[in-house]
Parts: sequence; C-alpha cells; structure tokens
Amino acid sequence: MGPAIETDGLDYAFGKDDARTQVLFDITLRIERGEVVVLKGASGSGKTTLLTILACLRAMQGGKAQVLGYDLSEIDDATRIEVRRRLGFIFQAHNLHDALTAMQNVRMGLELHGRKAMRNWQDPVLHLLTVLGLEDRATYKPRHLSGGQKQRVAIARALIANPELVFADEPTAALDAENGRRVIEILQRLGRERGTTSVIVTHDQRVIDMASRVLTLSHGCIVSDISQTAPSADGHLKGTAA
Amino acid sequence: MTWLLERIFGRIPLGWLQLINRKGRFASAVIGVGFAVSLVLFQLGFIGALSGSVTLPYQAMRADIILSGPDARTLTDGTAIPRQRVYEALSIPNVDSASPLFIGTAFYEVPNGRDASFRVFGVDPATMPDFWAPEIAVFAPVLEVARTGVIDRTSRSIPEAFLDSIGTGHPKMLILNGIATGLVGSFEIGAGFDADGYIFVSPRTFFQIFPEQSDTTPAHVFVRVAEGADATVVAGQIAQQFDPAETLTRTLEEAIEDEVRVQTVEAPIGIIFGFGALMGVFVGSVIVFQVLSTEVTDHIKEYATLKAVGYRNPFFSGVILEQAAILGLAGFVPGALLANMLYGMIAGATGLPMVMDRERLIFVLIGTLLACGLSGLMAARRLSSAQPAELY
Repeated sequence: MGPAIETDGLDYAFGKDDARTQVLFDITLRIERGEVVVLKGASGSGKTTLLTILACLRAMQGGKAQVLGYDLSEIDDATRIEVRRRLGFIFQAHNLHDALTAMQNVRMGLELHGRKAMRNWQDPVLHLLTVLGLEDRATYKPRHLSGGQKQRVAIARALIANPELVFADEPTAALDAENGRRVIEILQRLGRERGTTSVIVTHDQRVIDMASRVLTLSHGCIVSDISQTAPSADGHLKGTAA
Repeated sequence: MTWLLERIFGRIPLGWLQLINRKGRFASAVIGVGFAVSLVLFQLGFIGALSGSVTLPYQAMRADIILSGPDARTLTDGTAIPRQRVYEALSIPNVDSASPLFIGTAFYEVPNGRDASFRVFGVDPATMPDFWAPEIAVFAPVLEVARTGVIDRTSRSIPEAFLDSIGTGHPKMLILNGIATGLVGSFEIGAGFDADGYIFVSPRTFFQIFPEQSDTTPAHVFVRVAEGADATVVAGQIAQQFDPAETLTRTLEEAIEDEVRVQTVEAPIGIIFGFGALMGVFVGSVIVFQVLSTEVTDHIKEYATLKAVGYRNPFFSGVILEQAAILGLAGFVPGALLANMLYGMIAGATGLPMVMDRERLIFVLIGTLLACGLSGLMAARRLSSAQPAELY
C-alpha cells in the first residue's frame, strides 16, 4: 500500500493575469498511512489552501499530487466525490444541521455509504458519541449543546464511516484540555489500529506536541518538516528534521 | 410522520425535519400555499359554474339542430335570422319539425330597489313538446293565454315564498319591462352569471314585453330531425341549403361547445376567472420559492459540509423537492377545505352551480405539486453557491 499523500512540485495561485497571487510554491511531501501530521504556519502561509487541495475540495493547478493512490490532476468530478467519501472532514465551524439530533447528525456521515453501512447504525454512532463523552447528549439538538459538544458531534460525524484520511481545521479550538486530548488520542489510535492518516491545521500547542510530524509553511513553502518520535522530560515530543 | 418519511425515502427526512424545526415559518408557508390553493380552486369553481350555468338552458332543450345568425356563438349574441328559415328547414328531407325561438332580457324592479334580470324565451306553445323538456312543455296550453308565463323556481332576487306560491290558485303577477305578466307555473333550470332566472312566454306575450323586437326575426330556429335520422348528417344538408354568410347551422352539441368556449375562454368574465386562477398559481409558487430559498440560504454551510463529505447534487435536489412536496400537500388540504366551504356559501347565496368535483381537486393537487416542485428546483439552484472549499 502506497503513501496516503504524495505531492511533487505542487503550485497554486488565486486570480488571473495582473490579479494572480501565488499561494503555494513547489510543495513536495510524502505522508505515510497512519501518520498524525500537523500543518502549521502564520495566517496566509498557504496551509488551508494546501489542505483543501489535498482534500479534493479544490482543483489542482500545477505539479503533481496523489491522495490514497489517486492522481488528483487526472480524476474527474465523479471520482473526486468518490475519493472524498473515503475522507473525514473536521471543520473549524461545526456546521451541524440544527434540525437533527446529535445522533442524526452523526448518522449523516454514515448514510451516504449505502444501506450496508446503515445496518444497526445506532450501535457505532452511540459508541463513538460515548467515546467522545456525549452519551447523554445523543438525542439533543445542536441548540441544546455547548460549543465544545457541537464540535465533538462534528468530529464523530467525520469519523463514523472509518475514513482512511482525516483533514481537520483547528479541531480542538472549541474544546477544553481534556476533550482536546481525547480527540487527538482517538486520531492517534485510529492511526495505529487502522492506518488512518490525519492532517491537522492547528495552532494548538497541545495538538502539535501530540502529532507524529509537524510541517511548517511560510509564504507558500514548506520551511520545516519535523518528525516527533518520543516525549521529552517536559512532556513534549522530540523532533527530528526530515 | 418522521418515521413514515424515513421509511419512504430510506434516509433521514432532512427536508421535513428542517421544515418543522422552524414551526412559525412552516405554518406561514402552509397558510400561504393553502390560500393560493383556495384561490385557484375558487377561480376554477367560478369557471366551472360559468361553464355549468351557460349550459343549463341547453339541458332543457330537445332540439337536434339550431339555426342562428352567422355571427352567433352563444344563445344571446349574434344577429337574428329571418323567420322563413323555419319553413325552409321544414322542406329539407328528414327534418321533422322547426320552430322559432325569441330571446330577450327583461327587468323586474325588486322591492329593495335593485333590478333583477330575467332571460325571457318566446316559444311557440304548439311546438313546445318537440323542443323543450317535458317539465317546461307541460305548460304549453296555459301559455296560449296572453300575458302569462312560467318561471324558473331557482331564480335569484325573487322572494322564495312568492316562487313557492306560483301554480297555486291565481297567477302571480310580475312586472317585466313594465308589463304585468301572470306567472302560472314553475320549472327548474338554475341561475346564471348574466341573468337571475329564466321565464318562458308565448310569442304574443313576448312581443308585449319586448315591443322593439320583430316577430319576423327570431334569435334562433330550432330543428328536430325525423326519428332515426342522424342530426349531424341533416345539419350538413341544411347547411348546404343556406348561405353560411346568412345562417349558421349547428347541432345542439356544437352550439353547447361554442357557448362554453366563448363564455369561459373568450368572454371577459372567463378570462378574468382564468387570470385569477393563474394569479393563485403565481402567488403559491412565489411563496414556496421564497420559503425554500430562505431554507437553502439558512443552511448553505450545512449543505456545503455534506457536499464536502461526498453527498451528490441529486441528494440536495431531493431534500428541496421533499420540502416542496410537503409544503404543497400541507397547503393543499386546508386550501381545498376552505374552497369547499366557500363553494357552499357562494352556491347558497347566488344559486350558481359551484360544485367541487374530484377531477378538479386532482387537477389542482397535481398542479400544486408541480408548481411547488418547479419552485423547489429554482430554489435548489442556490445550492451551487455552497462551496465546500470555503468551509476551511
């Protein structure tokens, strides 16, 4: 099985002609299956653009990129959607349906995978909500949930269909320390047990410390790529530049 | 309901749940659609009543063929024709009998000061049994007496007690165009839009009420064909005998078709009712479009999220159409009930044949669902602005 993500000379620009602004320059990277990778960088460094390209939400321009073995420069729209169905998305805004309960919102992440996936759907949905500490909020609608609870429901929706690759944007921003740690631990465990890869855009040092690898972007370029293998005495992971 | 819809769609009924999540907006939309449905049904009811009422006198006729002026399209319009057409028609093979029909509109001043209008038919008592329903023809002998007539007992503007007393004892007097006419019997045809009722008199009485009309130019000539003869074939033979620029020859069925078409499609009143029905469709469609557009706009980020995770466009169109169908159905039921209630009130007050028939209900239901569906599809176009890439 190949890497989860592999890019070579990836470029991207917004606008045309005089208004053209290049935001990604020659991005070359390889992310193996099971890795928990943090993308960090200042605002405008290009990390979100890179995330949306790799998540098949934005069309490729220059360079090459492969996600789960698919060449993103060659796939059509239908295949792009098929690829996205194998991904998990955690957005900074939870974007839950206000008319649905927590269980129903999570179910929406499962329903598009067909009838087979929907058999006994309550069990995995309830299990995941329980793991995320929401067992007593399963039948609540978003307006009766706190910001952190909503975010955890959104995380459950992203993870319920066992995605091969998870893209997350500030997933812990609305969570307290314990719940933030719990979410990252779930992503780590998924990486170990199922080979699920996580790519997380964050400024949260707690998340950065727990990641297996930290990529730093600046002005559209990767300026550092550090693998973290063992925790330091102060609880932080030791990094080794790639 | 949610359980039922889940079984029908095989998925979470997202559209339904979103609608009922905002109950105030949902109720407003249902009331709006219901109002539009009742407006459409109300207007169609008037068109139906118009169509039904203009054919009422034809239902009392027993003529096979009607000869009229070349420009006649209804019973009351067109130029009169020469009385000699009666005799000319009688000379054509397979014509059994022919008789002139004189038509006028007489006014009666109701005690409250309002004028009631009556369609007065001047008919030859001798041939009445050939050309009119037995219920009316039975009065032929008494119509021979001058200044007598028989009246539609469903006439508007005449006190019910007065109508009920007709035929019992002395003739009941009605002043028509200033001429006292003794009513000696009653029958039932039904009121129309342009007259409060029908009165039959002999030609002699007719020309006393309408002295300006001439007995040499009836409005129409009724023809009855011999037993076993085909009215269409005989009508063709008659038409060959007369110059079409002077005489229009139609079977009774053709005359009815012309009357209905002219009154409901070409006459201003039919156009007004038709336009009213279209307004109802327009109002309903706009309401549904507005509600669904707002729904889409309010949930654009949620839809974008679902797009991101792999939901395809047909799913979103399905959700919007689900909402459109629910609004259509939920609005149709109270709208139909309201219209049915209004039909009863109008029929009671005017005597017009306002009847809610199953075909009209089905037609309006299908129309409602189609209009809602179309509005839904237009609203669904806004989903294209749901860009998943913008979520990060």
